[in-house]
Amino acid sequence: MRKPFDLNADYQPESFTFKSKKDVKDVLGRYPDYAKKSAVMPLLDLAQRQVAKEGAKADPVYGGWIPRAAMDEIARIIEQPPVKVYEVATFYSMYNLEPVGKYLVQVCTTTPCWLCGSSEVAKACEDELGIHWGETTKDGLFTLMEVECLGACVNAPMVQINDDYYEDLTPDLIVDVLRALRDGKNVPIGSQTGRRDSMAVTGPTTLTEQAKKSGVI
Amino acid sequence: MLADKDRIFTNIYGWETAGLKDAKKRGDWDKTASLIKKGREWIIDEMKASGLRGRGGAGFPTGMKWSFMPDPEKSGKPHYLVINADESEPGTCKDRDILRHEPHKLLEGALLAGFAMGAHKAYIYIRGEFYNEGSSINKAIAEAYDAGLLGKNAAKSGWDFDVVLHRGAGAYICGEETALIESLEGNKGQPRNKPPFPAMAGLYSCPTTVNNVETIAVAPTILRRGGAWFAGLGKDEKNTGTKLFCISGHVNNPCNVEEEMGIPLKELIETHAGGVRGGWDNLLAVIPGGSSTPLLPKDICDNITMDFDTLRGAQSGLGTAAVIVMDKSTDIIYAIARLSHFYMHESCGQCTPCREGTGWIWRVMTRMVKGDATVEEIDMLMDVTKEIEGHTICAHGDASAWPVQGLIRHFRPVIERRIMEYRKNAA
Repeated sequence: MRKPFDLNADYQPESFTFKSKKDVKDVLGRYPDYAKKSAVMPLLDLAQRQVAKEGAKADPVYGGWIPRAAMDEIARIIEQPPVKVYEVATFYSMYNLEPVGKYLVQVCTTTPCWLCGSSEVAKACEDELGIHWGETTKDGLFTLMEVECLGACVNAPMVQINDDYYEDLTPDLIVDVLRALRDGKNVPIGSQTGRRDSMAVTGPTTLTEQAKKSGVI
Repeated sequence: MLADKDRIFTNIYGWETAGLKDAKKRGDWDKTASLIKKGREWIIDEMKASGLRGRGGAGFPTGMKWSFMPDPEKSGKPHYLVINADESEPGTCKDRDILRHEPHKLLEGALLAGFAMGAHKAYIYIRGEFYNEGSSINKAIAEAYDAGLLGKNAAKSGWDFDVVLHRGAGAYICGEETALIESLEGNKGQPRNKPPFPAMAGLYSCPTTVNNVETIAVAPTILRRGGAWFAGLGKDEKNTGTKLFCISGHVNNPCNVEEEMGIPLKELIETHAGGVRGGWDNLLAVIPGGSSTPLLPKDICDNITMDFDTLRGAQSGLGTAAVIVMDKSTDIIYAIARLSHFYMHESCGQCTPCREGTGWIWRVMTRMVKGDATVEEIDMLMDVTKEIEGHTICAHGDASAWPVQGLIRHFRPVIERRIMEYRKNAA
């Protein structure tokens, strides 16, 4: 679970400030006054999202990650020594501690997805993007990662790209998604076969009255 | 099969919106205040009478758990309800459907549960990857505040109640209740020693109860229809009610479905998931309750029912009721080895047997997949899993051991054959 990060790397910016004081205040307001430390995770997330927004406009583009300066700023806000923030940031897998691509492609390969063909989906991603696990494309658009179960197992295999799940995939379908993102086109999220969430693909086996009322059958 | 009139989650597939207007049409927030007026003891007694057991995997009786909270008038500390939406057990995706399609059931349940345990505040801890599901909950929370269902004098019940969403950031271990509390306090998600149990000293050292999403979301319907109604469903008095099942893997139509506790596994798969790919006789094994529960070979699957005690009797468990189906084409050793990788990746690193043991298991399992091992190592692997099991602060160590034990128990000849073949090819 531990992820190393380089405090003194070239890509580390000198300073970091939160753009929205209101957002920071909102986060702090969720927890008791004596428990400011609870805000560490939402603030790390806020910092990562702010960097992602800046990265989307940069050339070359990049995705959300958390510079050391942001962790130090969070430590100041929650009145903790910086190491307390580093400790949390390195423990959780969703905090990127070095720059990543604009689209973070996370392929689930845990058993339920593997049973349904995640190996082929993973291979299709590698072939299409020309990169392997942990690598970023030269244009800064995509970073590819292998991840553990993302909790959409009845819609396996699936891939998470930034905040969105793409489900019921085949190698061809994930390639379509990646190409659309590269071309800046809209892609529907969720099932890529048009299936309705976690319902059986052949139609509902329960709740027939409701299904009729809602126009599902 | 469970009758539609007895289903709690009528919008599980999202045919209607998750919004308050549609939720009210489905019966949510109907006379919530009148349930609260019946008092704390009445709520806990009804929950006890319903026989509801926690839906997060451990199956602890919910009413009893709520009754462990100290008397709010005497404890002198704020009480907290924490809802565990850190759904991460491989195979499990039921809470996701509640979060995105039935959020008002969860919020109403939170108010009722919160009142019963003297809590004025609930935190919903959702796994960070569920970004859109979290947004769905936040939208529902905002709607509920606007309609006066949360906040001061929530739902005109006379009880003040706040709900706050807290997003995790990718750590399976935070589904363990004390790790979740640690994470919520702003620390690494490493489980705490118990006692003290959270009901005595939980979040911010205050009395806290941690419940799974499904457990909380079924509470309003149980209280409205009565504990006796819920207890009348299911297999026996210890395994009652309805349950959300997730059926994944080698079935024709993988799906989530609400069914009666104790439904035969074969019926569940054939009625709702379109049967095993290639027919029932093509079945190799089933993991019945999420990755931690030991697999069951076909001959046990033929007749087993899906409830806590029957599955425990078969040396497995109901867990989260996430049924992972594997047909005869499956490399069963790899299927379990991949789970060993999962447990290694997700170990928090606090206890030595788990931190070192999960990695050791994975490395040996990787060799077993190839057959690059000796037959004696199978026994050694079994021994090591027994050394990990029960020797760690939380159940993560146990959970890493059980799938491997299940594999050796039921598929030892397959492992031995793989070793023989490897040797033959090497020679």
